[in-house]
Amino acid sequence: MSVYFEGPGPEARYRAYLAEGRFMIQRSASSGAYVFYPRTLAPGTGMPDLEWVEPSGMGTVYATTCTRQRPEKRGDYNISLVALDEGPRLMTRVDGVAPDAVRIGMRVKARIAEVGGEPNVVFDVVEAAS
Amino acid sequence: MSLRGKAACVGLATAGTGEAPGRSAMELMAEAVGRALDDAGIDLGEVDGLFAATSFHSMAAMSLAEHLGIRPAFSDGSNIGGSSFMAQALMAAMALEAGLCNVAVIAYGSNQRTAGGFKSISEPMPFEAAYGPRNPITAYALATSRYMHEFGATRAQIAEVAVAARAWALLNPEAFMHEAGALSVEDVLGARAISDPLGKLDCCLVTDGGAAIVMVRADRAKDAARPPVYLLGAAVEHHHRMISAMPDLTVTAAAASGARAFAMAGYGPGDMHTAQLYDAFTINTLLFLEDLGFCGKGEAAGFIADGRIAPGGALKVNTNGGGLSCVHPGMYGLFVTIEALRQIRASLGVDEGFRQPGGWVEGARLSVAHGNGGVLSSQATCIWGAAETV
Repeated sequence: MSVYFEGPGPEARYRAYLAEGRFMIQRSASSGAYVFYPRTLAPGTGMPDLEWVEPSGMGTVYATTCTRQRPEKRGDYNISLVALDEGPRLMTRVDGVAPDAVRIGMRVKARIAEVGGEPNVVFDVVEAAS
Repeated sequence: MSLRGKAACVGLATAGTGEAPGRSAMELMAEAVGRALDDAGIDLGEVDGLFAATSFHSMAAMSLAEHLGIRPAFSDGSNIGGSSFMAQALMAAMALEAGLCNVAVIAYGSNQRTAGGFKSISEPMPFEAAYGPRNPITAYALATSRYMHEFGATRAQIAEVAVAARAWALLNPEAFMHEAGALSVEDVLGARAISDPLGKLDCCLVTDGGAAIVMVRADRAKDAARPPVYLLGAAVEHHHRMISAMPDLTVTAAAASGARAFAMAGYGPGDMHTAQLYDAFTINTLLFLEDLGFCGKGEAAGFIADGRIAPGGALKVNTNGGGLSCVHPGMYGLFVTIEALRQIRASLGVDEGFRQPGGWVEGARLSVAHGNGGVLSSQATCIWGAAETV
C-alpha cells in the first residue's frame, strides 16, 4: 500500500511553506505535471506521487476583474487568475498598477504578502501585455 | 435502455415569484407543490418520489417531506446549485422507470429578496477566499474578461443579452421587470459597475419564488389531466468547483451535457422551438448558445446581434425574461424548466395565462432547458417535447 503522506496534509504544508516565505507547488513524479492547489493525489491520474517544487514565480494574467466597492468600505480591488509558467492557474491579486488597469497577458512575478490575515501569494506586474 | 420519452411532466406551478413578504422559503416551496399537484390532478398522498434543493435547507428533501407529511419511497436532495433541478429531472425519470416510485415531485423555494438579499450556503473556497471574491459575481466577471479577450467581444455586444431578456419580460406580466420598461445597450453599459466588466444590469435579479413540477411514467402520462411534456433527453457534467480550477474559462461542461442530452433525444439544437438557458449573468447566454451548439465557439456575440434572440428574432431564448428580467430566487433552474414546459403546453392549448402577442411561441413543441450551477460549474441539460415528438 502506498504512503500518501505522513504528518500534516498538503494544505497545511503549503501554508507552512508560505509562513517560511516560500511559495511552493506540487509536481507529479510519474507524469511531470505541475499541480496547484495542493492535492492529496495527482489530479486525473490518482497517483500518490506529488512532490513539492519551487516554481519560477513567473506567470501571465489569464483573467482579471476589478471589484467595485465604495472607498469608505475597502475601495476598488483587483482579483485575477494568473497562469504560472509551469501551467497551473491560481486566484490572486495583481499589484503595481491600479486595480482596474490589470490586463490579460501581463507578465507578473509572485511575491508573498499578507492577504486575508495570513501569508498568501500576490503578483507584481513586470511587463505590460504584449 | 434509453430513458428517452419514458417519463413526462404532467403538472407544474410557481408560487410567490418576485416578492413574497412574510412567507418562508419552505412555505413558498410547499405552495408550489400543492399548486403543481392541483394542476396535475394528483393527490399529495400519491407522491412517493421527492426531489428538492434550496439555499435555505441543507437537507431539502427531508425538510419538504416532513412539511408535507409524506414518506417518499425515493428521494434526493443533492445540491449542485441552480442546475440541481435538471439533474433531478433525470434522476426522477430513472427512479420512475426503475419502479422505485410512481409520482415524482421536484421542488424549490426561496424568500431571499424579502429575507434580506442574496442567499448562499456555499462554503468559502479554500484557495480563493483570502482575495475577497464576491462569488458568484467575481467568477462570472473573470469568465467575461477572458471571453472578451479571446474572441474580441465588446461589452456592447454582450449587453444585447440583457436587452433581449428585458424585451421578453415586457411581454410577460409575471416577470419581475414587466413594468420596468425597455432596456437599451446604453442603459446596460451605463449601469453601476459591480465587478468589471460586469455592471448591475449584466447580473441577475434577486427575487423570491417557489416552483414545482410533477413527473410520472409515460404509460400514466397518456391519461393525464394536462397534455404531458416528455423528457426526451437529459445529461449532467461538471469539472470544477472553484473558478480558478475551471479548465478553460470560455468553455463550460454544457458542451458535454448538451451533446449527450441531444443525442439521447435524437434532436439537435436546430430542432428546438425555444431555448431556455440559465442566465445568471449576461455571459451565460453567450457561453451556452455556443456550448450547446446553436453557434460556434466565440461566435455568440455576433450571433445574437440585431435582435436574433429577442422577441421576433429567429431563435426564442429565455422567453419569460430570464434570470436577468423575470425571476431569480438564487437557484433558478426549476423556473428555466417550467418556462420550457409552459411554452410547449401553451402551444398545445393549455391556458398558461396572458402574455402580450409573441410572448407565447406558436408551434413550440420542443424546448431545451439548460441549467448552470456554482461558478459555471455544474451543467445539466434537459430536452422536453410534446407527445408528437416522442
